[in-house]
Amino acid sequence: MTSIFDIPTGVLFGQLLLGLINGAFYAMLSLGLALIFGLLNIINFTHGAQYMMGAFVAWLGLNYLGLGYWASLVTAPVVVALFGMAIERTLLRRLYKLDHLYGMLLTFGLTLIIEGVFRQLYGISGMPYAVPKELAGGWNLGFMYLPIYRGWVVVASMVLCLGTWFVIEKTKLGMYLRAGTENPILVRAFGVDVPRMITLTYGFGVALAAIAGVLAAPVFSVNPMMGSNLIIVVFAVVVIGGMGSILGSIVTGYLLGLVEGLTKVIYPEAASTVVFVAMIVVLLTRPAGLFGKGA
Amino acid sequence: MTSSSTVLPLPPEVCVRRQRWFALIMAAVALVAPFAVYPVFLMKGLCFALFASSFNLLLGFAGLLSFGHAMFFGWSSYVTAHALKVWGLPPELGILVGTAVAAAMGLATGWLAIRRQGIYFAMITLALAQFFFFLAVQVPFTRGEDGIQAVPRGHLFGVVDLGATMPMYYFVLAVFAAGLFGLHRIVHSPFGQVLRAIRDNEPRAVSLGYSIERYKLTAFVLSATVAGLAGSLKSIVFQLASLTDVDWHTSGEVVLMTLLGGVGTLFGPTVGAFVVVTVQNYFAGIGSWVTIIQGVIFVICVLAFREGIVGTASPFMKKRGIIV
Repeated sequence: MTSIFDIPTGVLFGQLLLGLINGAFYAMLSLGLALIFGLLNIINFTHGAQYMMGAFVAWLGLNYLGLGYWASLVTAPVVVALFGMAIERTLLRRLYKLDHLYGMLLTFGLTLIIEGVFRQLYGISGMPYAVPKELAGGWNLGFMYLPIYRGWVVVASMVLCLGTWFVIEKTKLGMYLRAGTENPILVRAFGVDVPRMITLTYGFGVALAAIAGVLAAPVFSVNPMMGSNLIIVVFAVVVIGGMGSILGSIVTGYLLGLVEGLTKVIYPEAASTVVFVAMIVVLLTRPAGLFGKGA
Repeated sequence: MTSSSTVLPLPPEVCVRRQRWFALIMAAVALVAPFAVYPVFLMKGLCFALFASSFNLLLGFAGLLSFGHAMFFGWSSYVTAHALKVWGLPPELGILVGTAVAAAMGLATGWLAIRRQGIYFAMITLALAQFFFFLAVQVPFTRGEDGIQAVPRGHLFGVVDLGATMPMYYFVLAVFAAGLFGLHRIVHSPFGQVLRAIRDNEPRAVSLGYSIERYKLTAFVLSATVAGLAGSLKSIVFQLASLTDVDWHTSGEVVLMTLLGGVGTLFGPTVGAFVVVTVQNYFAGIGSWVTIIQGVIFVICVLAFREGIVGTASPFMKKRGIIV
């Protein structure tokens, strides 16, 4: 086996792939957070819980309704998005005129409720979710072994992220959305139903989190705390990238996943903290964030 | 006198008398309480009340939402526990060391966090707290999942045996009272006035010539210091420092206590802390009901009860001259 700097290439690329997968989840979640923040001015703390719900809907579908992985990839985001839109209509809507911080506090409370309920029902031990048989196995690429499912996660997340970017930056729908972010009152005057656009945007951001949850289910085990451990790292990613740019939050997500994977090879002890260290470095050098437009 | 239709202001001497009585009754309740209620529960409530009050200094008076206050509380708790158990320091020095570490951490993290505002400030403090959580998981002296257990309480100033419950209680009460008095003085000092000016209108405070960064940082360090004092005290009371104290749930709890009691009020965080600690004690051991109930209280507070308990009660008491 070949090696670079005394590290076997198989290990190196294996960790980088794992980093890329983590990066895929960072990218999808921070993209959703940025979308929601752009239009609602709310930091959706529930995002992690909604990611967890996506994984759970897939797991429940498989075990109680016989719904397979591919069906869950469609049903889970729809179910979780409907749940999210119901929350937006009934609760979040009441806070738009208040300080942004209240939105964060409300969604934090919702996170506690959702996680508490799932923990009450399913305990804290993780539940396994099998890799779908179409994506089982792996390829030997010579320099590393590539489990097909992991490759699929990276490709699927990239397609989703770039698709979202395309819709927002290049289509008329996205134009309305960007206009709504800049000046909702003016967009409303042009006859666009802004409240409905807000609800749908929230639903879409939540659906992205849920899809990430389904993708994550076979990689990590399905457990009620999987979201809150992730969301805080995603917050750091958001601080690093800044929420001003869609492409920025995608790139930052993948980049930090890779940095984390690389750290796991070089200095494993720092793997859990490297994203936070990166945040500190960015705050010191570029306080507005890599792609940010002011505080 | 009690009818709400009379809006005549009460004569000042009546107000002063009533305020004195109110303060006297509060003090008497605090002194007698351990004979009626389980003292360890009271001490827990007082520690978290001080912790929540420190958080309130930031949110209530500087408008800064720190979502990572558990880092100060938890790390000072670790340092004090280590100082007492391994270095064999007396409790007063142990508390001093723990609080100093929290103050230093406050200086470092505050210096980073005030570079961004509003929602970003909250996210940065949360992320920094998570960094310190992982640090606590990895550093050997914190002893991982076990935490630092069986911390000796020692003798205060070499005289008072804190191992006994009553001396411990009155010591905690004294520290709490001193801490709250200190925070009260900070809030009502010229410094506190400037903080409020920054909270209400930052650009105006800048144009008036105040160096807002310095004010925010000072407030952050003061708040971290008091949070550290509360954490040190807690580790002596429970003779334990564990990962629970640095966890993000603890950061959330202190937000909840302040919100429920009343943001920006002197006694709100204390009232909120006692309610939350009561809920914890009552529902402890039956699954994750504590978390669910805390979530529900959060949602209700944000949607319909933003003034909090004390915030709602104080106009009523002000009208009757009981509080200023």
